[in-house]
Amino acid sequence: MNILTGNDLKTGDVTWWTGSDWSRHVEDAVDVGENFEAILQEEEASRRVNVPYAIAAEMTDDGPRPAHIKDRVRALGPTVRPDLTLKPADPEAGNWVI
Amino acid sequence: MYQYDKYDQQMVDTRVAEFRDQVERRLAGELTEDQFKPLRLMNGLYLQLHAYMLRVAIPYGTLNGKQMRMLGHIARKYDRDYGHFTTRQNIQYNWIKLEDAPDILADLASVEMHAIQTSGNCIRNISSDQYAGAAADEIADPRPWAEILRQWSSFHPEFSYLPRKFKIAVIASDEDRAAMRLHDIGIQLVHKDGELGAKFFVGGGMGRTPMIGPEIRDFVPADELISYAEACLRVYNRYGRRDNKYKARIKILVHELGKEEYTRQVEEEFAHMKTLGLNPPVEELARISEYFADPAFEAGASDDLDLSDPDFNLWVDQNTVAHKQAGYSIAIISLKPQGGIPGDASSAQIDLMADLAEQYSFDELRVTHSQNIVLPHVKKSDLYALWQKLDEAGLAPANLDLITDSIACPGLDYCSLANARSIPLAQKISERFADLGRQRELGELKLKISGCINACGHHHAGHIGILGVDRKGTENYQLLLGGSAAEDTSLAKITGPGFSEDGVIDAIETVTDLYLKERQEDERFIDTYRRVGMARFKEAIYG
Ligand code: HEM
Ligand code: SF4
Repeated sequence: MNILTGNDLKTGDVTWWTGSDWSRHVEDAVDVGENFEAILQEEEASRRVNVPYAIAAEMTDDGPRPAHIKDRVRALGPTVRPDLTLKPADPEAGNWVI
Repeated sequence: MYQYDKYDQQMVDTRVAEFRDQVERRLAGELTEDQFKPLRLMNGLYLQLHAYMLRVAIPYGTLNGKQMRMLGHIARKYDRDYGHFTTRQNIQYNWIKLEDAPDILADLASVEMHAIQTSGNCIRNISSDQYAGAAADEIADPRPWAEILRQWSSFHPEFSYLPRKFKIAVIASDEDRAAMRLHDIGIQLVHKDGELGAKFFVGGGMGRTPMIGPEIRDFVPADELISYAEACLRVYNRYGRRDNKYKARIKILVHELGKEEYTRQVEEEFAHMKTLGLNPPVEELARISEYFADPAFEAGASDDLDLSDPDFNLWVDQNTVAHKQAGYSIAIISLKPQGGIPGDASSAQIDLMADLAEQYSFDELRVTHSQNIVLPHVKKSDLYALWQKLDEAGLAPANLDLITDSIACPGLDYCSLANARSIPLAQKISERFADLGRQRELGELKLKISGCINACGHHHAGHIGILGVDRKGTENYQLLLGGSAAEDTSLAKITGPGFSEDGVIDAIETVTDLYLKERQEDERFIDTYRRVGMARFKEAIYG
């Protein structure tokens, strides 16, 4: 599956395309198949996201997981600062990243 | 310390206003990212893995308490309560919001700081010896020269669009504490027949093609130093390769032309420049130098120290350095606690270091290229009180230049160019070698880790270097041995096939064990390596 990601224009937060909006949680990402060019252009133009791009991902029981390690780190946050990730209270949250 | 004159301040303030307008236009959709990106990069604002990243210049690594406190304030107010001190003596913030960036730059400008020329193909922040003005072995203070170079290179119209980024270091002692020969231009102040001048080394660098800068001139009279640097840059600007980003650094030009031909062209340009009268006026040199006069050292301060507290004794032995003034020491605050992130400091720690600088070090701090902080002028009788306050805040690891005092770039935890993580390796190595007795037994050992070939973590210059690579989507680490960034500059060589994270830590242990076995007398690791050679180490690692 392919999912779309980018950074929020104002805050720089990593965001994922939900089909209608951008979420900070990769779990909300939807499969866009092969037809994403139009979405990328429209969303970049509407300034809801900065430099969005499509990446390969895999669907798991816990939701979509990016194929590349770099995007997995983006999805969670720095592995060396669990307190700054999206799930600071859950020590197991990053197990799938590396 | 240098203080901005009205021109400096006006330049910086104008730049903040200009950037504020550019950010507004970007947020309003009047600028596309393609248009905006070069503008934000000119103001040190990158887009990294998790957010915007701001790199703030700390000119030649020197700052005062007020400036340091502002760095803490920015971390607290706009970032996530910490900053990362870098190998280029700067600081980076990892979680910046675009909409806050103009306010941050305005805050910086209020304490005579900025983020200009911390990105892009221009002359970057000048680096220098972190002990400048305090070191017992310097022949002159390099800071006035670093400052003149800063003023000359700031917004220099001819050098705003060089073929590639350009880094200059200035030192003034035979001991090189600034990795001078791994810069595009390395300048060493020297005396010749009683006159002050400089040796020039051009074409050093790390990155994917590491090179040690050859000496191209053994003496440039001090008042012609800027013109000579300008001649070096002019030749580069004209002939440096703009067709291939990977061949665009000056090191490639010097290498391809050959040192002799490059030097010939520089000398020709220099002869021409001398006719133009471009040397900075002597009064300006004098004006700048005044800012770097010695602080009011107490005459006759005592050299006696009560070392009865064993932990304090260790810290003094490891983390203080001889000062030129009797009764004073240079104290180094290690940002490498056991299991910690090299170079990171919390806002509270940054504030504390600012306070301590004001209280104990004539309001001065320095950032080192090995990602530590220096209090350059501490009275020996104050060292114990200082150490106690540092220790309370987790700022007194007694590990300067030991294996756990490693350099690590942000790597895959923060950097969008990374292949592998660097920080977790530094953390695990510092856990594995946690025992201070063992570290001290190993002695001086420079461990340097980069998360990709760009070499921000100086792995080429590590006695032991680690380079993160991508092996079919998983992190892999190459081990290098034999580099040095000091006056005995050398480039490390790869031992062989790469390792997993645990594997490379085991290999480091094998290497250090072999060193202890082979060591003769008081050889450092690097000395034993150079004497014994790679083959022995390879054999021990790979069998
Ligand atoms: C996270 C954002 C960063 C990016 C995108 C980045 C990018 C790069 C790139 C592309 C190079 C290679 C340049 C070349 O060879 O022409 C480089 C070199 C370098 N960077 Fe970084 N870097 C980053 C962070 C850092 C940090 C945090 C440090 C300090 C810890 C640093 C210090 C250096 C140094 C010392 C070099 C080697 C200079 C040389 O080649 O002479 N960089 N960087
Ligand atoms: S060496 Fe590579 S991974 Fe490390 S900071 Fe530089 S560009 Fe990023």
